[in-house]
Amino acid sequence: MKEFMMIFRNEKMEGSEQPSAEQMQAVMNEWQNWIGNIAAQGNYSGTNRLHSEGKTLKPNNVSLDGPYAEVKEMVGGYLMVKANSLDEAVEMAKSCPNLMYGGSVEVRSVMTIDADATSATFLGEK
Amino acid sequence: MIVFATNVFCKDDFFLMQPTELLPHLFRTEYRKITSVLCKLFGIEYIEVAEDIVSETFLAAAELWGMKGLPENPTAWLYSVSKNKTRNYLKRNQLFAQKISEQITQSLELTREIEIDLSVKNINDSQLAMIFAVCNPCIPIEAQIGLALNLLCGFGVDEIASAFLTNKEVIYKRLQRAKQKLKAEKIKIEQPTKTEINNRLPTVLTTLYLLFNEGYYSTSQNKILRKELCLEAMRLNYLLVENEITNQPPANALLSLMCFHSSRFEARVNESGENILYEDQDPNLWNKEIIEKGTEFLNIAFKNSVVTKYHLEAGIAYCHTQKEDSKQKWETILQLYNQLLQIEYSPIIALNRTYALAKAQGKKEAIIEAEKLNLTTNHLYYSLLGNLYTDLDNAKALKYLETALALVHSLEDRMIITKNIDRITAKP
Repeated sequence: MKEFMMIFRNEKMEGSEQPSAEQMQAVMNEWQNWIGNIAAQGNYSGTNRLHSEGKTLKPNNVSLDGPYAEVKEMVGGYLMVKANSLDEAVEMAKSCPNLMYGGSVEVRSVMTIDADATSATFLGEK
Repeated sequence: MIVFATNVFCKDDFFLMQPTELLPHLFRTEYRKITSVLCKLFGIEYIEVAEDIVSETFLAAAELWGMKGLPENPTAWLYSVSKNKTRNYLKRNQLFAQKISEQITQSLELTREIEIDLSVKNINDSQLAMIFAVCNPCIPIEAQIGLALNLLCGFGVDEIASAFLTNKEVIYKRLQRAKQKLKAEKIKIEQPTKTEINNRLPTVLTTLYLLFNEGYYSTSQNKILRKELCLEAMRLNYLLVENEITNQPPANALLSLMCFHSSRFEARVNESGENILYEDQDPNLWNKEIIEKGTEFLNIAFKNSVVTKYHLEAGIAYCHTQKEDSKQKWETILQLYNQLLQIEYSPIIALNRTYALAKAQGKKEAIIEAEKLNLTTNHLYYSLLGNLYTDLDNAKALKYLETALALVHSLEDRMIITKNIDRITAKP
């Protein structure tokens, strides 16, 4: 099993109406059901949702308000899953609620630290 | 004092009892108290000395009460005799006494006489200290449960063996090894400090959780023993919420879970000891008082923002205290299972979650997810698929139920599956 990260991006929403508490709960439940489906297969590793407030730092001591000062899309969260291949992880991502709301899901494989390579740096090749 | 606790700490209606039934009862309630106090006094190295003194006390009671009748206050009698026996033991074993004294106090000259404090407070403190000593990750979890049953619940090796469906020798060896290990690790029997609580409470709660499950889900036919295991787990858990520093949200959550489960004790087993499935239970037999208590503990548990698996399991159990089916109820249960799976995966949680999915969103959607679970060695997996396909595709349902039948071991599971098969084949 390998680790994959799904990164959720959404269009920056401006001036749109604030959804009602019930609507937010319904969307939350959809997400939780989707994650629950993955977790029920034992493929869940972790997730986090991100607030929209934040800062972006640039070289030369430049600091921008918000995570999406220059781009139209912002990262809303990520999910870590276990899968045998990228194709399998993509298959899981296909039913992601984000796709139903015009957002995107980027699926990336996670690099693992290779013990041999690490030890080789100070112990020499085996 | 709460309702189950009155069951556990039985009232002193001794006058109704004959010496023959009183003694086993007192053994169950008092053995552990005196043992805990003495263990805390002596330290982990001398657990056996404490056990011997208490055993001798009960032996003396059995002889004397049988001949001369009951003393006026049997509990006080046991306390004072065990105190005397301890003092005598210390007199006879000066070296031991000296060691103990050094542990207890640096100023032996001032105290001279070692105090044996059998007050309610010290009994509770000692039992709490013992819980933390016994539930130590340096010994395997089965040994922790065994020792807890032995030292904290007054269960004999026979009873523990019967609860674990194994023989006496296995349990005896397991307990001996565990005690040796605790001694070798020099585990202290003392009131845990606040920082220790944070590190060690999870282990303690795991042990109590498993102790309760041992009783609740045990395949042992001994109904009384099973119920006692559950009550003991609740009693120990109750000690945790009674104490200021161990009264943490997860401890309350676990206790509420135990309350909700145990509220169905009377409803889940019929007179011949067979389990009655949830759907077939009579909700009038559910103990409303215990459900209310559980709800109180759950409210306390949720006062803190940290959500543990006990919170979620208690939440699910709370939903099940309402028998009426509604989409809303199952949607809530589904969400709790979703969160639970993110804290801890287990095949049984995954299967239960899929059942909740079927109830909340319909069988068709649940079948898609059920087939992805791929738990092909688990009979419950095929049972679930069989039940989901029932009425949608009975031929498939039968095939799955028959596969399930081929995988089960226990007679009870076999009966449940056969019943489900019969339900399908009986239809025109």
